[in-house]
Amino acid sequence: MGVDRREFLKIAGLSTLLGLGGKGALEVLSGKEAEASLQAEPQGGVRYAMVVDMRKCLERENCHDCMEACHREHNVPRMDNPRHEIKWIWTEPYEHAFPGQGHEYTEERLLGKPFVVLCNHCDNPPCVRVCPTKATFRTPEGIVMMDFHRCIGCRFCMAGCPYGSRSFNWKDPRKYIPETNSDFPTRMRGVVEKCNFCAERLVKGLPPACVAACKEGALVFGNVRDPESDVRRVLRENFTIRRKPELGTLPQVYYIV
Amino acid sequence: MLEKALVGSRKYWLWLSFLAAVIGVGVLCYLWQFFVGLGITGLGRDVSWGFYIAQFTFLVGVAASAVMLVLPYYLHHYKQFGKITILGEFLAVSSVLMCMLFIFVDMGQPLRVLNVILHPTPHSIMFWDMVVLSGYLLLNIVIGWVVLDAEHKEIPPPAWVKPLIYVSIPWAVSIHTVTAFLYAGLPGRHLWLTAIMAARFLSSAFASGPALLILLCFVVRNLTRFDPGKEPIQKLAQIVCYAMILNVFFALLEVFTAFYSQIPSHMHSLEYLFVGLEGHGRLVPFMWTAVVLAVAGIVLLIVPSTRRNEKTLAVAAAAVFAAAWIDKGMGLVVGGFVPNPFEKVVEYAPTPPELLITLGVWAVGFFVLTVLYKIAISVKEELAA
Amino acid sequence: MYDGGKIIPGLLVFLFLITSPAWYNVVTGRADYRPEPQLPSDQKECVKSTPYMKAFHMDLLNQWRDDVVRRGARVYGTVGGQTYDKSLSNTCLSCHANKAEFCDRCHNYLGVKPYCWDCHVERKEKS
Repeated sequence: MGVDRREFLKIAGLSTLLGLGGKGALEVLSGKEAEASLQAEPQGGVRYAMVVDMRKCLERENCHDCMEACHREHNVPRMDNPRHEIKWIWTEPYEHAFPGQGHEYTEERLLGKPFVVLCNHCDNPPCVRVCPTKATFRTPEGIVMMDFHRCIGCRFCMAGCPYGSRSFNWKDPRKYIPETNSDFPTRMRGVVEKCNFCAERLVKGLPPACVAACKEGALVFGNVRDPESDVRRVLRENFTIRRKPELGTLPQVYYIV
Repeated sequence: MLEKALVGSRKYWLWLSFLAAVIGVGVLCYLWQFFVGLGITGLGRDVSWGFYIAQFTFLVGVAASAVMLVLPYYLHHYKQFGKITILGEFLAVSSVLMCMLFIFVDMGQPLRVLNVILHPTPHSIMFWDMVVLSGYLLLNIVIGWVVLDAEHKEIPPPAWVKPLIYVSIPWAVSIHTVTAFLYAGLPGRHLWLTAIMAARFLSSAFASGPALLILLCFVVRNLTRFDPGKEPIQKLAQIVCYAMILNVFFALLEVFTAFYSQIPSHMHSLEYLFVGLEGHGRLVPFMWTAVVLAVAGIVLLIVPSTRRNEKTLAVAAAAVFAAAWIDKGMGLVVGGFVPNPFEKVVEYAPTPPELLITLGVWAVGFFVLTVLYKIAISVKEELAA
Repeated sequence: MYDGGKIIPGLLVFLFLITSPAWYNVVTGRADYRPEPQLPSDQKECVKSTPYMKAFHMDLLNQWRDDVVRRGARVYGTVGGQTYDKSLSNTCLSCHANKAEFCDRCHNYLGVKPYCWDCHVERKEKS
């Protein structure tokens, strides 16, 4: 053998480095079907968006239909400690959903009223930009999805989201699920979760659970690229605002106030 | 040279045993956290990063500060630092190790951490943070060990270590810049969304790191036969002084921008930290303590008589270190999350298990630091004999 | 050999103990045990052949996982006249309904603890 100990160690070290970085490098360089990430192009011209018509929503008091439907469908747990709360869709008072919009002379109709908030499925999502493993990513239809298998629980996405849409599983959620829906998985401790625009229902041609549950028809959902869709029609015919538009996130949840 | 860490005085072994006990307690608490979840900490949906990440942020600064010894010595041939560059490099090793451990204990699914390597994501700053931290750790271990070994054998170090040393200089700046970018690029967190985040981080680092080094030099001088010398310590004191003045200046710049513009989102986090917001002000006493310590430290460092008197210098160094730690390790991370995106105030306080895990990680860092310093000092003591 | 009278027997005892994992199961008959997962009584056709599934069901599930979550490709195809989705809980468990009598038999024998079940729900209705 012509290799002395020093050379052997050098070869071993190089091989280890190649092994560790090799898979990643191959993935980046191979040019095969790249993983879905930031700048996904609309597939067949589909981009999902939602319009929340607060005029209709505010007509009902103490209504939680959309939230209950979503949380039941997706096995969202009801944690006992408010710090550990997990919520995919919920309400915030008007002044908190749109900070800076409320003022001294806000009309009665809106003062302190509950506004439905959820993940905005932004077109330029900061959460996707910061995720170190692409565990959160944008599908070609514009949905900001979570891959719970890959999430390492670093919570960078939670810091990155300017809307507070994301929740983390601080403990095992299973004990806290009131009624398990066996058609949908639960999550485990240590991963981040949020609204997924009911991707699993959309694939079957069903509307999101919240949209289906709203008896007032306040939630309008559809393909915003299709000029004939309900959501485009509503956007054409009404003045809509979005949460924190100045941040450039291009949120796809619009509000009629 | 590792065998030099295996012989030592009674004090040495007592110290290591004490650290091992603290590490043991930390490990037990961590096992509990591993199986039950991060719910045992004081973190929550609104303040989702807390003590662990704050320690990581502070320690990246301490690690970067090794460059404050390397740059003058290797680039500008400031011979006075020759004796103590190894102390700076080994401090960097121990700090980066603590950084990585703090990230590890903060993760929800730590067993999946290799996903960052298996699925590299260049548009994520956290990916780059892992790259630069690992690189810096490797650089400092290699450089420190090789140069010390050469000194031990009384031969010049091998030629290939020189380029590594030169690379470590911008690399040190990069680790803290990248860490600052973790915060400075997030659109929703207005305390962090400032262009001078990296500048603040670096100035705080170059104040706190060398301050710790000054204290470590005093400890080394008292406990061993190795004397770093009066001149290097005085030079470090000057560096700490200027860096801390810059650090405080940058902080005041933030205050001006926020309060002269009167933009609520800029003001609210600073209000929470320094006067309280909506009746919540848990951090206010800590932040003002930091202010007092910072001012006291700067004054003691500016006045030549107190700077040259090594007793008052030690007080000044401790004050600067503590002030920087409170500012970065308590105020910065938590302050960024308050108020939350809905302009509501939800406070945070670490829980006892969280604190014990934190202490455990610090103990690991000090353990590694003690062992590495023991080796370095033993080599130097042997040479002097 | 100095102290040979103690060393040789000592070595023999050591060899006896250290090789015990190899011969103990053979001698007591435990080596003959094969785990027998209970196959579903009503369905005859799985999404893939039995030898394939025995060797690669983990890889298939990993592939399905990425296909469904990351690429939105949820539909597997038709097996025995019915279209199935790529789903552990909804497809695999619709036939292999009893996890304890099917999956766990081999997994427990081999000491394998896949973490699928931390999230994916075991169906309890059929058995």
